[in-house]
Order: sequence, then C-alpha cells, then structure tokens
Amino acid sequence: MKKINLVQMKEKQKGRIAELPEGSALRNKLMSLGIYPGREVTKVSHIGLRGPAAIKVGRSVLVIGHGMASKVIVETQC
Amino acid sequence: MLKKIFLIGNPNVGKSVVFSRLTGVRVISSNYAGTTVDIMKGFLKSGEEEIEVIDLPGTYSIEPSSKAEEVAVSLLKGSPRDEFIVINIVDSTNLERNLFLTLQLIEEGLPVVVSLNMCDDAKHRGVNIDIEKLEKLLGVPVVATCAITGFGIKMLIDRFKEAKPVARNKLTHRELWQEIGNIIEQVQQLTHRHHTLRELLEDASVRPFSGMLMAIAVTFISFQAVRFIGEWLIDNVSNPVFFKFYEPLLWKLSRYLGEESFIHHLLIGDLLDGKIDFQQSLGLLTTAPYIEFAMVLPYIVSFYLILSLLEDIGILPRLAMLMDNILHRLGLHGFAIIPVLLGLGCNVPGILATRNLESRRERFIAATLISIGVPCAALQAMIFGLLGKFSGFYVTGVYLVLFLVWLVLGVLLNRVLKGVSPELLVEIPPYRIPSFAILWHKLFLRIKGFLIEAIPVVMLGVLIVNILLYFRLFEQFSLIFAPVVKGIFGLPKESAIALIMGFFRKDVAVGMLMPLGLSIKQLFIACVLLAVSFPCVATFVIMFRELGWKDFLKSCAIMLMAMLAVGASLNFVLPH
Repeated sequence: MKKINLVQMKEKQKGRIAELPEGSALRNKLMSLGIYPGREVTKVSHIGLRGPAAIKVGRSVLVIGHGMASKVIVETQC
Repeated sequence: MLKKIFLIGNPNVGKSVVFSRLTGVRVISSNYAGTTVDIMKGFLKSGEEEIEVIDLPGTYSIEPSSKAEEVAVSLLKGSPRDEFIVINIVDSTNLERNLFLTLQLIEEGLPVVVSLNMCDDAKHRGVNIDIEKLEKLLGVPVVATCAITGFGIKMLIDRFKEAKPVARNKLTHRELWQEIGNIIEQVQQLTHRHHTLRELLEDASVRPFSGMLMAIAVTFISFQAVRFIGEWLIDNVSNPVFFKFYEPLLWKLSRYLGEESFIHHLLIGDLLDGKIDFQQSLGLLTTAPYIEFAMVLPYIVSFYLILSLLEDIGILPRLAMLMDNILHRLGLHGFAIIPVLLGLGCNVPGILATRNLESRRERFIAATLISIGVPCAALQAMIFGLLGKFSGFYVTGVYLVLFLVWLVLGVLLNRVLKGVSPELLVEIPPYRIPSFAILWHKLFLRIKGFLIEAIPVVMLGVLIVNILLYFRLFEQFSLIFAPVVKGIFGLPKESAIALIMGFFRKDVAVGMLMPLGLSIKQLFIACVLLAVSFPCVATFVIMFRELGWKDFLKSCAIMLMAMLAVGASLNFVLPH
C-alpha cells in the first residue's frame, strides 16, 4: 500500500480514494461527483505544464484541475 | 393542488429536451454541463389545467457550488411544498452518480418522480436497469424515457399524481454513497462489450498528445468550414437575391422618389456613379438590409451550425481540459473556454455563460476578456468582407493581435486582482451523435435571436448615420475626436463616427469604414479597434446586469485603456 496523489498516479493505474482536500465547499463538490473515501478510481491521463488530471470514477470521466488533483490522496497496491 | 413542476437533475442529462417535450417550448440544449444558465419556464396542458414547468440549471447536489446551481436550489426550497412536484431527470448510462442527487431530493421530503432518461443510449452501451426494483428501493415512481424521440413522456405525465413525499433517514455523504452502491448492485447489470470506435476516440481525446492533435484538427476544420459555408451562402443565396431580384425593385422606387428628395436619401441613400451601391449608399432599404442579410447572416448561420455540431458531439468539455493550464494563468480555468467560444458568435450569450464559473473574480475576468478580445460573428463577417479582399494574411493578423491582447490582458488581470483562480472540476461527457431535429431547432432559435436583436438596431444605426450625413453634422463630431483618432491611431478624423457607431452595432460600424477610402494599415487598425473598444450596447446591458455597476465601471476603464494602448502601439509598430 502506497499513498500518492492523483497527479502522481500513472496512466491506467487504479487506486482507492484515501483523503480529500480540506475545505467544505470543495469536499462537498468532490463528494457529490462520486469522489469519496474508499471509492476506486482509475487514472486516465493528465496534461503537462500543471494541467488537469482525468480520472475514471464509475462510468464517468472527471477532469480535476492540477491544484485540486494534487490534494486528493489515493491508496495504490504498488 | 398541483401547480408547478420542477425539472431537476445533474448537468447534461437532457433536462432541456424533456422540458421541450413537456411544454412544446423550444430551448437550447447541448452535450456539456451548464447549457441552461437561466431558469426556463413553460406550461404543460393537462386536461383543463395548465401546470407551470420550470427547467432548473443542472446540479450535482442540493448544496450548490456555482451561481447557476444556487439559483436552482433556492427556487426549489422557496416554493410551498404541497403545490409542486419534482421530476428528477437521471442519465441511465450513469445511474450511480445521478442517484446521489435523487436520494438527496427524496431525503428532503420532496415529491419526486424519476425520469430515467437516455434509455436508448444505455442499451447501446450495455447498461441494463431493473426499473421495477429501482422503484421499490427508492419508493418513488421511476419511468424510462428517451426525450429525444419522445419515448416515455406520456407515461411520465400519467404518473405525476403518484409523486408523494417518502420518509427516508438523512444520511451523511459517505453513507449515501454506500446506499447507492447497494442499490446499483441490485438494479444494474452491465454486459461486457468490445471497445467501439467511439470509445477509442473518447479515450484519445483526453490524452495530452492525441487530444491536442484532435483539438487542433477540429479547430482548423471548423474555422475553414465556417468560412466555406458562409462564402457559399453569400455567393449562391444572398448575393443573387439582392442583385437579381431586389435591386430592380429598388430602381423603380428610386425613380419614383427622385434622386434629390429627402425620402430618397433616407431609403435608398446616395447613388454612386448613378448606381445603387449596397455597401456604401447607406440607405434604410439598401445598406441596412445588405449588411445584415448578405454580409453577416450567412456567417451567423454557418458559425452556429458548426458550433452547434461541436456542442452536441461533446467536443467543448474536452477543449476545456486541454486549455486548462493556459487559462489558469489568466485567472480562469478550462471551462472558461466555453463562454469564449459562445462569444465568438455573439458576446451576449458568451457573457451569460460566465455564470457557470464559480467566483466573482473569475466572472469579472472572463466577461472583460470576452468583451475586449473576442470579436462576435457579425464583426468577424465584416472583417472577412473588408480585409479578406486584400489578403487572408490581414484577416489572420487581426485574429493574432486580438488573441495576444486577450492573453496579455488576462495575465495582467490575474496578477493585479486579488484572490486565487478556482480549479477545474468537470465531467467529460461521452461523444454523442447529434440529433438532426435538436440541431435544427437550436440553429433556428439562435438565428431568430440574432435577427430580433440585430435588425432594429441596424436600422436605427443606419438611420442615424443617414440623417447626420444629410445635415452634414459629421464635421463637428469628428473634430472633437480628431486628436485621438488622428494623432494616436493614425486614422482619418471621419472614422471617429464609425468607432462611435461600433457602440450600436459592430457590423454597421465596419460598413461605415468602407466609403472612407482607408489605407490597408488604417483598415487593419480600425478593425482591431472596433473589436477591442467598447462592445455593442446589448453586451453592455448584459455586462451591467451580470457584474453590477462597480465591476462594470472597472471593466469599462480597462476597455478604454486597452483600446488606447492597442491602437497606439499598432499605429507605431506597423509599417505604412
């Protein structure tokens, strides 16, 4: 088990959400989109130069800005 | 008694299409979150009664996170409980995420009917939902619908009366998601299928390299298509109509009125070498309709056709993702690309679409940048017409200058204004094949909107110019502005009137430049200035309404400074 953030995840890597950023508005928004502790997500891609990260959650693809993505922590197998 | 129906659901689940089906009112829908920024109202006839139907902007939860969502939630909570029901529209291809809002609505004790929309697309994607079981688990009526074809809408209406508040414990967000997990396990079955071409493209479009290539290709093709279709319409439709059918009629009128009369001046305008010149005569029946219908409308049609296609396929959110890092440096995030693209059609819907942005600071930057650096289709059409005659090189030049202004100004505003730029958080919709009927309705609505807004102002603009010309009042006007216009911008003093006219309508203003015999450098500067300077009066009104007077004045000051700086530097830098 290793804890990394969404930006550090590799393409196609799976992980479980472990921590969400502080701040209730942001947390609520992530939660309402289905990103909650324990949820399995798959990294799709991310755009360089501090661009956003795309992850697959259930059946939807979500794009998360660099700053926010680096504060979402996931647990991965390796 | 049932008086109101609220339509509520996640963004991009087809609420607007359901709304159109229920009320017969046509509204604009697209394949991305946040097409509806305003609240739409219409009426559903059910027997003798008329029930008000209210289409709310999409929201992921009942805790709002943008201005558009706030409006939706406050309206819902403010209505008397026993007079309305809620139709919760759910995307069946993505049931899990949609159920979060559904359960929150039920928990609130609202009378809910669930419309399981896009059921045909779900089938295509191998998603099977046990509707009876879902109904049992939720405790509210669930109806499968496919709003685009109209399937299930009648059934939906029939089950309104079954909507009742259901007792349900309030759960925390985490418990809610666990509950949703349980429900999904019981009602949803996925059949595994091979990846389709569509899915491969969807995947490629969100990867950096392939995504960027696709975006560049799409932008290039779209731009070419807009020009090609626009020019085709001008050559094959509007010009033949004006020159073959309309001109002979005008000739009869001209002879009847006599060239010297005031009425002739008003309606037909000045004859050039004894001929009617549609571009320069400046009459109410000559130049006014010619500018609108023959020079601008063809490009409006082709622009909105292409934009609507891109919207319905689902390309815009992908552009938002790819542009995010650049826009971040302008104090915006990727989603701000959508207001900019809409602004290329008309600045008014562009600025309205900034409501989807989260912070006040972001809305201010986006609206200011649109009004300064984003030329509307009417202005672009006239720039094509005026500068395109010389060379495509100048047209490209105008776009480059405007893009630079937009970039530099954005970076400056981001540095100067206090606060941070919020982060992008958006769902990437699947690619969808556009429905011809929806595309057609959308195009029709947008063109109708354009004509209603443009024609009176164009007529009035031409009328004012015409009268000022007749009484030779231009001289005085131009003298006042001569120092700035001539000294700083290097333009002849008569062009001051055109620049002022730009406040009414950009297209008429460019039309007024035509008879002045400007050099190519002067034309170039004038075109850029018309784009950079104050937007037209309609945009002004919207900006005032959206920003409030304080920010509005700030924005105006920025526009003035940008205009002076850009005009002066172009005049200084460009060779004669």
